[in-house]
Amino acid sequence: MVNKAEESLIVIENLNKGFEDGEVLKDVSLNIKEGDLVSIIGPSGCGKSTFLRCLNCLELLDSGYIRVGERELSRSGREQKPDERMLQIAHEIRCDVGMVFQSYNLFPHKTVLQNVMLAPLVVKKLKKEEAEEHALLFLEKVGLKGFAGKYPSTLSGGQGQRAAIARALAMNPKVMLYDEPTSALDPELVGEVLQVMKDLDREGMTQIIVTHEMKFARDASDYIVFMDKGEIVEYDDGDILFTQPKNPRTREFLRHFTGTDAVGAGAVNVR
Amino acid sequence: MKRIIKALAPLALCLCLFCAPALAAVANAEPEILRWGGDSEGGFPYMFPNPENPDELIGFEVDIVNELAAYMNRKPVYINNAWDNLIPGLLRDFYDISINGLEVTPEHEEVVNFSIPYYKTFLQLAVRKENTDIEELADCKGKVVGTLKESYAQMVLEELGNVEIRTYIVEANTYEDLQNGRLDAALFDSPIAIYSAGFNPAIKFVGKPIGEIEYAVAVTKKNKKLLAEVNEALVYLRDSGKLREIYDRWALWSPLMASEWGDYSPRRVESDRYNNWVETHRPALSMGERMTRYLGFLPTFGRAAVVTMQVSITAMAIAIVLGLALAIARVFAPRWLSLLSVGYVEFMRGTPVLIQLFFIFYGLPSVGIKLSPFWAGAIGLGLNYAAYEAEIYRGGLFAIPSTQWEAALALGMTRWQSMREVMLPQAVRVVIPPITNDFISLLKDSSLVSIITMVDLTKAYGQLAATYYDYFGPGIMVAVIYLLIGLPFVRFSRYAEQRLGEQDKDGSKKGRGRNFYRTSTRWH
Repeated sequence: MVNKAEESLIVIENLNKGFEDGEVLKDVSLNIKEGDLVSIIGPSGCGKSTFLRCLNCLELLDSGYIRVGERELSRSGREQKPDERMLQIAHEIRCDVGMVFQSYNLFPHKTVLQNVMLAPLVVKKLKKEEAEEHALLFLEKVGLKGFAGKYPSTLSGGQGQRAAIARALAMNPKVMLYDEPTSALDPELVGEVLQVMKDLDREGMTQIIVTHEMKFARDASDYIVFMDKGEIVEYDDGDILFTQPKNPRTREFLRHFTGTDAVGAGAVNVR
Repeated sequence: MKRIIKALAPLALCLCLFCAPALAAVANAEPEILRWGGDSEGGFPYMFPNPENPDELIGFEVDIVNELAAYMNRKPVYINNAWDNLIPGLLRDFYDISINGLEVTPEHEEVVNFSIPYYKTFLQLAVRKENTDIEELADCKGKVVGTLKESYAQMVLEELGNVEIRTYIVEANTYEDLQNGRLDAALFDSPIAIYSAGFNPAIKFVGKPIGEIEYAVAVTKKNKKLLAEVNEALVYLRDSGKLREIYDRWALWSPLMASEWGDYSPRRVESDRYNNWVETHRPALSMGERMTRYLGFLPTFGRAAVVTMQVSITAMAIAIVLGLALAIARVFAPRWLSLLSVGYVEFMRGTPVLIQLFFIFYGLPSVGIKLSPFWAGAIGLGLNYAAYEAEIYRGGLFAIPSTQWEAALALGMTRWQSMREVMLPQAVRVVIPPITNDFISLLKDSSLVSIITMVDLTKAYGQLAATYYDYFGPGIMVAVIYLLIGLPFVRFSRYAEQRLGEQDKDGSKKGRGRNFYRTSTRWH
């Protein structure tokens, strides 16, 4: 189950991150291979969102080492002030990492098409026609081609989240991060978003998903990471983690989703 | 590109429109032009809008200037300025000469040269008809006395001591206050007294003539040639009897003048000008007459409204652009620049805009920066309002959820790109309503430009109201005009608010503090 660092697309070693009110991530290490779909589960406040935000450098790590593709970022501690070079690498990593947020965060002043086109236009300096063609391709992939001219406020939650995925994909990222992508959705809309992620997995996209969708995590993930109190408690293949959790904390967490100690296959569902 | 040109064309046109009056005002006078400065607000009988035709400037000094210019073979061009700013305006080279009851005093003579006097008069004390306490100047001790701001009369009252002095800018207001009991007495140059109260049954003149006042034409110290020309013309006008004729027509020939010029001959021509004045100021005008008169004000108010709008729109354009720069500097720039922006905002908000305008118009020329009244007004108001707009923008930026900023950064945009493409366009929508509100308040503040020689709506109101002793009707008219100008902007603000309401369904988390923007990542 443990990936070797040299074979992995993403390497995280001894990542530490804290805010004014305390440590959030403690010595987190994880390697992720290209094409993997990894789900991160855990109680709220356990640091899973912060982990994702550190991975794409929306939050700068306090100490540790991150590698995404060939881009390496390391910091010895909070006393090391971020310099120009460090910020430049962080920026480059962000260009290689796509991020999808719980509340989609579409740009309300732009149409769906403009949302998807914006970054390729501005960051990659594509020509307008080129960017538009490119964007429509991704909108088609998420089934929103007919919604290109609509404004985000007119979309349903599922459509909004799929548009946000298309927007992230349009930058051709090496890896996609999802921060509870379905938590803000009505139950009947969850499926369409999860389906997009499954399709991407089939195409070989590397994806890391922070989620409470236990069934999805179990069925679709290559492996699942359980985090608690800022640490990775255990990680394993979905079926193994759900049926034979080694750590009592994992067992305790999973019980909340089943109401019983016996975590049987298929018994875990989210809502 | 074509589209840009198309879009810019009306803008350029507007700019030309705005610049035209400003340029005309600063343009160096061609040889045959004589620019003369005065204040027509409440300026009877010196210079004032003709009650029968408010577009025409009349007055005994207007007649004198016309005769002067004719003799000097020049074309007179009138430039209006507040009376207590006439000398500063002259020093600013805003006009070639100033003539408006300017008294030859030592203080004035220090900064400008005076021609030979063209008129000599005295101070006249006036009280209410039933008043018996005050029979001469000395009786004014312990009383409330009104007079013209910064005039010889004010000096006389100050020397008397123990007098509660109220200074006025508009003469008519003083006599109105005397009549309604706010003042015990009014002390003015005799011509003003005659034209303000000489025919008013509720007011009487008391005491002997007080002091001697000489009116002369003011010319800058360096313009000696012009001074000589003016003196030569005045001597000619005096000796040929042309001045005497003017004073007769305005009923201003007095025993003092007779002894001064050694001319004791009886009146030579009818006092038609004075009679006209009395005629138009007889009380109890019929409703119809009143309405006809008000209709006649419309062209004057129309022109003044254009001035008000030009100044306001230009000032707002400056405020919007500069305000944006200030806000961005405050939120994103390095610490020192950010502090500079904070300092600017606090300074501009913390000092009166009136002082700022005075400083820009009369102060800056001392360091070589000369602005036309239009640009001084527009820039002064613009600089002031920029401080307020900056705060609005800052609020607007923080009103956009920080998640938008994160989403843009996560897409690989730099801080500047995120700002330009995502934050600012949204912030602009948020700030449109408050900025529109500010524009409406700027529209009203633009009345301050009247102190730097511009005839805007407020100044036009003052001039007309003082000329007719009627602050009521013109007041309603000018209020309605201000409202009408502001109305489209009020509606626009409402519309923008509604549009915003429709779009603002996304985004729940409010923005973070400025440190979030400052630290969260890099710029390009």
